[in-house]
Amino acid sequence: MNLELNVHTLHYSQVNRILRKAIEEGKVNFKLYGVNGHRYLAAGISKKVKIEIYGTPGLDLGAFMKGPEIIVYGNSQDGAGNTMDDGKIVIHGMGGDVIGYGMRGGKIHLYSDAGYRVGIHMKAYMDKVPVIIIGGKAGDFLGEYMAGGIIILLGMFSRYPEKPIAGLFLGTGMHGGAIYIRGKVKESFLGAGLKPYPLTSEDEKLLETHLKEYCEDFNLNLSEIFKADFIKIIPYTHRPYGKLYAY
Amino acid sequence: MWNRTLISKEISGCGISGIIHKKGKLISGEVIIKSICCQEERGNGLGAGFAAYGIYPGMENFYTLHVMAENSYALELVEELLAHQTFLNYQEPIPTRKVKTIKNPPLFKRYFVRPKFEGELTEICDELAEDNYIVKLVMEINTKIEGAYVISSGKNMGVFKGVGFPDEIAEFFRIEEYKAFIWTGHNRFPTNTPGWWGGAHPFTILDWSIVHNGEISSYGTNKRYLELFGYKCTLLTDTEVVAYILDLLIRRHGLPLKVACLALAPPFWMEIDEMSEERELLTAIRIIYGSAMLNGPFAILFAYNGGLVGLNDRVKLRPLVAAEKGDLVYMASEEAAIRAICPDPDKVWAPKAGEPVIVELEPNTIPNQRSYLKGRPREEDENELRVKCAYTPLFASK
Amino acid sequence: MGTPQFSTFYPDFYIERLENRCIKCKRCVKECTYEAHLWDEKKKILKEDHTKCIGCHRCEAMCPTKAIIIKPHPSQFREHANWTPWFIKNIYKQADQGGVLLTSTGCAVPIKNYFDHLVLDACQVTNPPIDPLREPMELRTYIGSKPSGIEVEEVNGKFRLKKPLPPLIKLEIPVMFAAMSFGAISLHVHQGLARAARDLGTLYNTGEGGLHASLYEYGSNTIVQCASGRFGLHVDYLNAGVAIEIKIGQGAKPGIGGHLPGEKVTEEISKTRMIPVGSDALSPAPHHDIYSIEDLRGLIFALKEATEYKKLVFVKIAAVHNVAAIASGIVRAGADAVVIDGLKGGTGAAPTMFRDYIGIPIELAISAVDKRLREEGLRHMTSIIASGGIRCSADVVKAIALGADAVYIGTAALIAVGCSMCQRCYTGKCPWGIATNNPELIKRLPPEVAYEKIYNLVHAWGHEIKEMLGAMGLNSIESLRGNRDKLRAVGLTKEEMEILEVKHAGEV
Repeated sequence: MNLELNVHTLHYSQVNRILRKAIEEGKVNFKLYGVNGHRYLAAGISKKVKIEIYGTPGLDLGAFMKGPEIIVYGNSQDGAGNTMDDGKIVIHGMGGDVIGYGMRGGKIHLYSDAGYRVGIHMKAYMDKVPVIIIGGKAGDFLGEYMAGGIIILLGMFSRYPEKPIAGLFLGTGMHGGAIYIRGKVKESFLGAGLKPYPLTSEDEKLLETHLKEYCEDFNLNLSEIFKADFIKIIPYTHRPYGKLYAY
Repeated sequence: MWNRTLISKEISGCGISGIIHKKGKLISGEVIIKSICCQEERGNGLGAGFAAYGIYPGMENFYTLHVMAENSYALELVEELLAHQTFLNYQEPIPTRKVKTIKNPPLFKRYFVRPKFEGELTEICDELAEDNYIVKLVMEINTKIEGAYVISSGKNMGVFKGVGFPDEIAEFFRIEEYKAFIWTGHNRFPTNTPGWWGGAHPFTILDWSIVHNGEISSYGTNKRYLELFGYKCTLLTDTEVVAYILDLLIRRHGLPLKVACLALAPPFWMEIDEMSEERELLTAIRIIYGSAMLNGPFAILFAYNGGLVGLNDRVKLRPLVAAEKGDLVYMASEEAAIRAICPDPDKVWAPKAGEPVIVELEPNTIPNQRSYLKGRPREEDENELRVKCAYTPLFASK
Repeated sequence: MGTPQFSTFYPDFYIERLENRCIKCKRCVKECTYEAHLWDEKKKILKEDHTKCIGCHRCEAMCPTKAIIIKPHPSQFREHANWTPWFIKNIYKQADQGGVLLTSTGCAVPIKNYFDHLVLDACQVTNPPIDPLREPMELRTYIGSKPSGIEVEEVNGKFRLKKPLPPLIKLEIPVMFAAMSFGAISLHVHQGLARAARDLGTLYNTGEGGLHASLYEYGSNTIVQCASGRFGLHVDYLNAGVAIEIKIGQGAKPGIGGHLPGEKVTEEISKTRMIPVGSDALSPAPHHDIYSIEDLRGLIFALKEATEYKKLVFVKIAAVHNVAAIASGIVRAGADAVVIDGLKGGTGAAPTMFRDYIGIPIELAISAVDKRLREEGLRHMTSIIASGGIRCSADVVKAIALGADAVYIGTAALIAVGCSMCQRCYTGKCPWGIATNNPELIKRLPPEVAYEKIYNLVHAWGHEIKEMLGAMGLNSIESLRGNRDKLRAVGLTKEEMEILEVKHAGEV
C-alpha cells in the first residue's frame, strides 16, 4: 500500500510515471525524498492518495489534480495548486508566487508566507468551494479577479516582520468569494469596489471549521489564532466594471 | 555569417543563478554549473553563459576584452585597432574544448589592455576617463568591425557564453577550471532566434554583467534614451540595455546603487503619492529617468567588481529567490537551483517586487574594488547647459 | 434683375420634410440660425430654402417628431474626376464675391492619414499583457524642461534629492485641450473645458482671446496663450495659469495670424479683448517682436522674468517643412515645451487654401522632431506636445509612440459637445451654441453639459489608452514614449517608414 522513493536523480516525468503506475496497482501512500525543483508533481492525478514530499518541489505542484492530498515538508515554488479541482496541498514552509491560480475546489494550507498573485481567479459553485489558508503574509495582488472561494490570511508565521500583512492591490477585480484577514489592512491597498466588513456569526463558524483543520495540519493552537480579530473583504458589487463600455 | 539584419530584438524566457562570497573567497566553476543545470527546464539549448569575477589574478589592472569573432580576419581588424588605441599587455585564445553538440563555434580571444589616450604618451589614471575610453572602444568594435564583438571588457572578470545547453557551454569554455568570488549563470529559452552566440547572456559593459529572465517591453524607449548618451545597442537583445542603463546611472551619473534600482523598477505613483520624506526623490527619479525604467516582466542579476545585485520588476512577473549561508549569498529563479548547491541555507527569502537584493564584498577585499552604495556628484553634459537656462534665471540671484 | 449669383444656384444640402410626421410646431424655424426653414403665415405651411442649409443637422436632431432628414442635394453636375463640385462651387463663390475663400475646422483634403497606416502591437506568450482593470496602469506625465540627471545626497542614512527639480506640470492623462479662444468658442464651452481639465487632472488652453473673469479659479489647469494679437494679455493673465504658450503658428493656417470675424465680436468679447464690438480681430502674421530665433528667446525670457520663472513657457508652431530644425531652435531658445500643430489641426476661421494645403501631417512632424532632438542630445530634457487631427485614443497612443509626451485635442472636444462639423464656425451663427457668443445661442449648450460630455470623452479615452498599454505589456506611459517597437506600418513607402522610424508589418 505504501511506496517510498528517493527521486533525487530522477526527472519529474519519471517520478509522475512511477506515481501513476503505483496508484494503478493500488498503492495509496507515497513518500518522496530528495525532491528539488521537480515540476508538475501529481499533476492531473484524480485518485484520493496521500503524497508526502521532502524537499522543494518545482513549479506547478499538483496542477489540475482532483483528489490527492500532498504534504510538503519544505517550501514550494511558484504555481502550486494551479487550476486544481479537488484534494489538498499542505506546505510546511513558504510558498512561491501564483499559488492556487484558477482553483476550482480543494484546499491549500500554507504554513508561512505566500508570494505574489495568490488565489487568482478562484471560483466556486454550490458546495464546491476552494480554500487557501496562509499562515504568514502575502505579496501584492492577493485574490486578484477572485470569483469565488475563500482565502484566509493569518500573517502570524512570517519571515518578514517588517512587511504589512498583505501587499498592494488586494483583491483587485474581485467579484465573488471572500478574503478573511487576521488584523487590519490599509483601505488604500484594496482593489476598487471592495470593502472590509466585520465578521458575522456565520463567518465565525466558517473560520472555525477551516482553521481547526489548519491547526491540526500544523499542530497549532486554535485559540491562539482567534486572539486577534478578523476582517472580511468582499466586493460590494458583482459587476465592478458594468459601466465601462459605451455601446 | 550571422544574419543580424533579420531581427532587431530577441525575446527569451530563462533561468538565472548567481553566487557571491562576501569575503572574496574563490568558488569553483563547478558550483555555478550545477546550479544552472538544475534549471535546465527553463532553457531550450539555444543559449547559456557565465560571468566570473576574480579569474585573472595578477592581471587586475588591465581591462580584459573577451572578443568573439566569426573569422580570423575580423580578429585581425580588432587587433589592428587595439594596437592603435590601447597598450596591449597580453593576448591569448580563450581555452576551449571540442564539444560534440557544438558545431562551428566562433573564435574566442582575450586581450589584456590599458587605454592609450590620443596624442599622449603617458597613461592617464583617471578612472572615469579610462572607463569611458573603454566603453567607446567597445562600441567602436561592436558597430564598426563586422563579425567581431566584445563580450566582456572589465578588469579581472570575464564572460563565457554561446549557443548550447549550460552543461555544453560550460564544457566548451572549461568553466570548471575557473575560480571566482562572484559567479552568475544563465540558461536561455529564446523564442525568436537564429543560433546567435552574441545573443546569449550575460551581457556586459566594462565589469557590469547582466543575466536576465523576462522581456523588456520598454526596449524601444530604453534604446532611444541610451542613444542620447552614446550607447549603441548592437547585440539584438533587450538585456543589453540593462547593462548600459546601469553604466549610465551608476557609473556616469553617480547615483547610489539603490537609487539606480529605483529608476529601473520604481514604485507606482499611487505609492509615491502616499510617501512623505521620500516622495520628492521618487518623483524626481520617475520624471528624469522615466525612459530608463524597465517595463515588462523581468528578474535580473547584475554583478560588478565588488558586488552582486538581484532585482525584480515592479509587479513581480518573474521569479527570484535569495538565500544566505555564512558569507555566501545565492540568488536564482528557483529555490531548487539554490538548494542544488546549498541544501541547507541559513535563510531563504523571496525578494519583494522592485526591491533590490544588494550584496557587496567587504571593503578592501580585492584590487580595483568598486562600491556603489554611496553616490557621487554628477557632471552635467554640455547640452544640458543649453536647456538649463529654460528654468533657471540667466543670472541667478545671490 | 442684377448680376446672377452662381453660388446660390446649387445648394449643398437638401432638406426633406416628412409631411406625415410634421406637426408644424415650427421648432425647426427657431433652431435654424441660417434661416433655411421658413414659416409661411399665409398658407400656414413650413417651407425650406435649401441654398441656406449648411448641413449642421440641428433641425433634424431637435425635431420632436423626427420629420426632417438632411441629405446631400441630389442635383448633380456631370461627373468629372478633376472638376468636382467642390472646385466648381468655390469658383462660383469667388467669381460672385471676389474674396478669399474662408472656412473652418482642419484640412478637408484626403491627404494620407499616417495614423491609419500604423498598427499597434500586443503581447502574446513571451510577456504577459497587463489587465488595466485590476492592475496599476499609469498615465501620469510631466511636462517641462528638466535636467539630464539627478544628484542625491545621503542624510541620516536616507537618500535625498540634492537640488529640487525645476517647476514641471503634472498631467494625469497626456491629453490636453488645445487653444480655442474665448470668442471663437462660447464661454460655456470654455467653462466646460476648464472644469473637465480640473477633474481629469489635465490642462485646457485659453487660446489668444484672453481669459474671462469667471475662469481664473481654474488656474492650475490653465495654459494661457500669448499670440501676436496680444488680446487680453496683462500680467494677471500671464500669472493666471501654470504655463504660457507663445503661439507662433497653428496647423490650420501656418504663416498667418488668428482671425476672429467681426460677427463674433460681442460685448463680452470686446471687453476681454479690448477691441470694438463687431470689428474683425485679426492677429498679425508674425509677432512683431520676433523676426528671428534670438528674438523668440527674447520673448521667452521677457515672459519668464515677468512671471518670476514660476510659469512654464511653451512655444507652439505649425508643422512646416523645416519643423525639426525650428523645434530644436525653440528648445535651445529656452522653451519648456515645443507644441507642434499638424496639417489637420482645426480652426474657427482660416482661408481654405491654408487649411487644406499648407503644412505637413503631424505624424511625420512628431517623428522628425523627436529624431532631431535625440540626435542633438536634447530630447530627454524637453517635452513635445503634438496636436492636429487626433481623432481617437489610438491616435494618442500612436502619437506618443512616435515621440510625443502629450497631445492636444480641439476638434474632438468640440464634437463631444455636439459639433457636427458643418465647418461654418466663422459665421458666429453656430446652431449648436458652440462656436458663437450670441447670448441666445450659447444657451443651447449649458456649461454643465459641456463639462460632462468632455469629461466623459477623455475619461473613456484614458481607459482605452490603459487597455492598449496593457496589451503591449506596459504599465506606464513613459515606456511608450518614442517606442517605435510598438508600431508597424501597413502600406507605407520606404521613405515614409524611414521618417516615421517604423518597420513594415510582417517585419520582425
